[in-house]
Amino acid sequence: MTSTNGRNATSSNGNGNVHNRLRTTISEHIVEIISDSGEGAQKCGQSFGSIVARTGIGVWTVEIIPAEIRPPARSVAGASGNRIRIGTKRMTNGGNETDLVVAFNEQVLLGRVRTGELKHGCTILLESMWRDNPDPGVSRSYVDTVEHLVAAGYRVYEIPMEAECLKHVSDARKGKNMFALGMLCSIFGLDLQIGRDQIAMTFSKKSAQVIEKNIALLEDGYNWADANLALKYEIPAERSSEAQIVVNGNTALALGVLASGMEICAMYPITPATSASHYLSDAFEKVGGIVHQAEDEIAACAFAIGASYAGKCTVTITSGPGYSLKQEAIGLAVMGEIPLVVVNVMRGGPSTGQPTKTEQGDLMTTIFGSHGDAPKVVIAPGTIEECFYSVITARKIAETFNMVVVILSDANLATSQQPFTRPDFDESWLAPPIDQSAVPAGAKPYDWDDRTGLARRFIPGQPGGMHTLTGLAHDQNSHVAYDPEINQKGMRARSLKLAALQKTLVPPTVFGPPTGDLLVIGWGSTRGAIEEAVESLRSEGKTVSSLNLTFIQPLQPGIKEIMSGFKKVITIENNWSDDPGDEMIDENNRRYSALAMLLRSRFLVDIDCWSECRGTPLKPNTVRRVIMEKLG
Amino acid sequence: MMEMTQTISSNDCLMQLFEERREIEDYQKGVPRWCTGCGDNAILTAVQRLCRDEGLMPEKTVFVSGIGCSSRLPHYMNTYGFHGIHGRALPVAEGVKMARPDLTVFVNTGDGDCCSIGAAHWIHAVRYNMDLTMMLHDNQIYGLTKMQASPTSPIGTKSNTTPRGSYLEALNPLTVTLGISNVSFVAQVVDWIPEVLYQVISAAYHHKGFSFVRIIQRCPEWMPKLMDPWLHDPDRVLLLHHDDGIQISSSLARTYKRTEEHDPANMNRAREIASEYDPIPVGILYRNPNVACYEDLRHDPRLRTNTMIRTGIEAEFDKFTVWPEKE
Repeated sequence: MTSTNGRNATSSNGNGNVHNRLRTTISEHIVEIISDSGEGAQKCGQSFGSIVARTGIGVWTVEIIPAEIRPPARSVAGASGNRIRIGTKRMTNGGNETDLVVAFNEQVLLGRVRTGELKHGCTILLESMWRDNPDPGVSRSYVDTVEHLVAAGYRVYEIPMEAECLKHVSDARKGKNMFALGMLCSIFGLDLQIGRDQIAMTFSKKSAQVIEKNIALLEDGYNWADANLALKYEIPAERSSEAQIVVNGNTALALGVLASGMEICAMYPITPATSASHYLSDAFEKVGGIVHQAEDEIAACAFAIGASYAGKCTVTITSGPGYSLKQEAIGLAVMGEIPLVVVNVMRGGPSTGQPTKTEQGDLMTTIFGSHGDAPKVVIAPGTIEECFYSVITARKIAETFNMVVVILSDANLATSQQPFTRPDFDESWLAPPIDQSAVPAGAKPYDWDDRTGLARRFIPGQPGGMHTLTGLAHDQNSHVAYDPEINQKGMRARSLKLAALQKTLVPPTVFGPPTGDLLVIGWGSTRGAIEEAVESLRSEGKTVSSLNLTFIQPLQPGIKEIMSGFKKVITIENNWSDDPGDEMIDENNRRYSALAMLLRSRFLVDIDCWSECRGTPLKPNTVRRVIMEKLG
Repeated sequence: MMEMTQTISSNDCLMQLFEERREIEDYQKGVPRWCTGCGDNAILTAVQRLCRDEGLMPEKTVFVSGIGCSSRLPHYMNTYGFHGIHGRALPVAEGVKMARPDLTVFVNTGDGDCCSIGAAHWIHAVRYNMDLTMMLHDNQIYGLTKMQASPTSPIGTKSNTTPRGSYLEALNPLTVTLGISNVSFVAQVVDWIPEVLYQVISAAYHHKGFSFVRIIQRCPEWMPKLMDPWLHDPDRVLLLHHDDGIQISSSLARTYKRTEEHDPANMNRAREIASEYDPIPVGILYRNPNVACYEDLRHDPRLRTNTMIRTGIEAEFDKFTVWPEKE
């Protein structure tokens, strides 16, 4: 009962339903499971991702989220579920088009076909119950769709999921997802025991009976696929020798809040940032922290500023529209030199835009936002792991420089899962205790250092430090002052701190050789897709390298020197830029994407750009195409 | 004279502090730049007197304000102060109190700051019921921006934005506040009776919870005659008194003969009184010492040690960890 590649595909099955089939070895695959909202496809996908991660196979999962909570059943726009990219190597992004999709009805499937997310001719495992639906409209729609897809070259497998699940549960909507999970475990030859363990963990708060039923469904799906499907794949992988954490970017950010030593998070619900606060609301209190859900975004920011002013650096978590509302308060923190961490999980803008979709549209507003000159630090994690560490870094910078630090994540990182090395807890991450020692006689609250702009900070409770912090222009004693020299001095000090921070940074690392025809520069969540494209093109002989910037404001040193090693430089971003091919566009009016604009003005280098804002993460193949075009 | 007091807070370990006797001058800072005759001066004097009488430690006291004439007050206090942005004094003060329950926090705001641009925060501050003492300096006009009608301006008020008279009935801050869940302290005073002004602010300070004090305040610059009919006719002021409220001194009783014994526990009567414009009710309208404070509901009594944090984080990591295969 062993397969030729040495993996015992059914050893944990235990019911004697054994097949000797050859498994096809593949290096990677993209799997989707989609359903109407509420049918559990997301849970199935997340569980599959976790099971895969446990076997050592590289994985990146992406949530597929409809805009509504309960869109109408069987609607094209209502697809809810998960996309799981698995492979031998470490996965750094969601990849290109889907190879295999499990769909609970043909309408949500059509939605995915129409958005171009499925590879042409891919494998489809489709719930077959609709064929016999008493409503002739439904059955006709099903039959037509299947015929159309088959004719178009898709490999459609019709599967009686409902009928199989009804053997175990009275409502198949509450079990189909685990049946599907079983099928996927069979198809990819995964150890069924890991699946059982995963179910026990997923449903750990439910009764033993619920766990048993779900395990029965899992096993049934596994056996059914084993007996009836000729799909048998093997993805060679080795389990990591170190412990790994599997979370999405928002949970990683929330874990970072815990690890940063901060004690208060003030927030207001907003997609796609809120899941970070959901997790934090449960976990934070276990370490004595508080999530305060304020009455609005402005109050959340002002509350955070008040708590920070009182000595406890605080974080506020939001997305674009909330960030816009916080801008005036952020300016106050800049003016008063109050440390503050702001997380902006970007979504599509402007206005309400695309709440559940990803975009990198807020770079300029975070750097230049709030009226007047309001210098603040902007950093952008490029991986799930960096989401975790970025919060610790942000809190340290905020308190060291008495500045606002904005962390720019996005919906892509927020909803994607990728394993990373379990962090080795370090006490130095935590915030130092509040200094309540008496202020030395004669010390001033804004005793700006002439070279760095830095000043010590007086915290309420410190004897002798009494002063009134103000958002008005002020002198070193925090007295309101409109004297021209004093205003100039305060502006200089607040700005100089960015330079002082910049002097502590090290040059970024080039991905690939330091010279070549083209350097691709990106920031934040596009890192994985860009690096994958660059790597594959290099393996084909193209001399292209890439650079991912995590510090956007201030920029790390050495970027100009890095750029000088390449004939051309281009930024690739997930935001808007004009198409130079458009009739109206010329060099007098072309609007460059955000990072390109910044780098052009900073370095006086003719940096090109390409960007799109389709609401989806960049695909490596798209990046490849763009690079090939630019290489000419 | 030295006296010994004890303070315990989540931030200080148990400490015994020797506190100095301070005079009013010790709480004063700078020369107020309000207009001559501005009611803000009376409020400043009352709070400085309160600080002295209560022996508040300047370094443990914070005055938080928004924007407007009222909000300059922290600059004239020799305590910590936070002069923030328009309308947001309350959420800033809530953040301070949440982070540092050991600090005494006052909020000074105006009718534009609180009842217009910051109205959402006002409603929710009442609901949170944090232990803050709030003074609404209500001069019924925007002063610092040079005379525009405010939400509390009487209908018909001629101002730079309502040259033909304001169009809407004035908003009543007392009835609004008394209509919000969790309300625990509502009072009204006028700036021209310093004795009651002081008594009420003192009672507000001693109330554990969110104390809302509306102070009807004269603006000699933009609304010079607005309050004259009430100022010149003591019978157009209704003094509220009670064993559990404020007491009226004999000298005060000689001038202000119109009084009512009002139990601050009586919400129904408080709402009736709040609806009165003439005579102006002055005193404590409502007080309920039994409403829970948000900072107490959220307070974690455990000492937040590095070990505790580490244990918590490792447990969270465990939830998401894929362990390496055992040999």
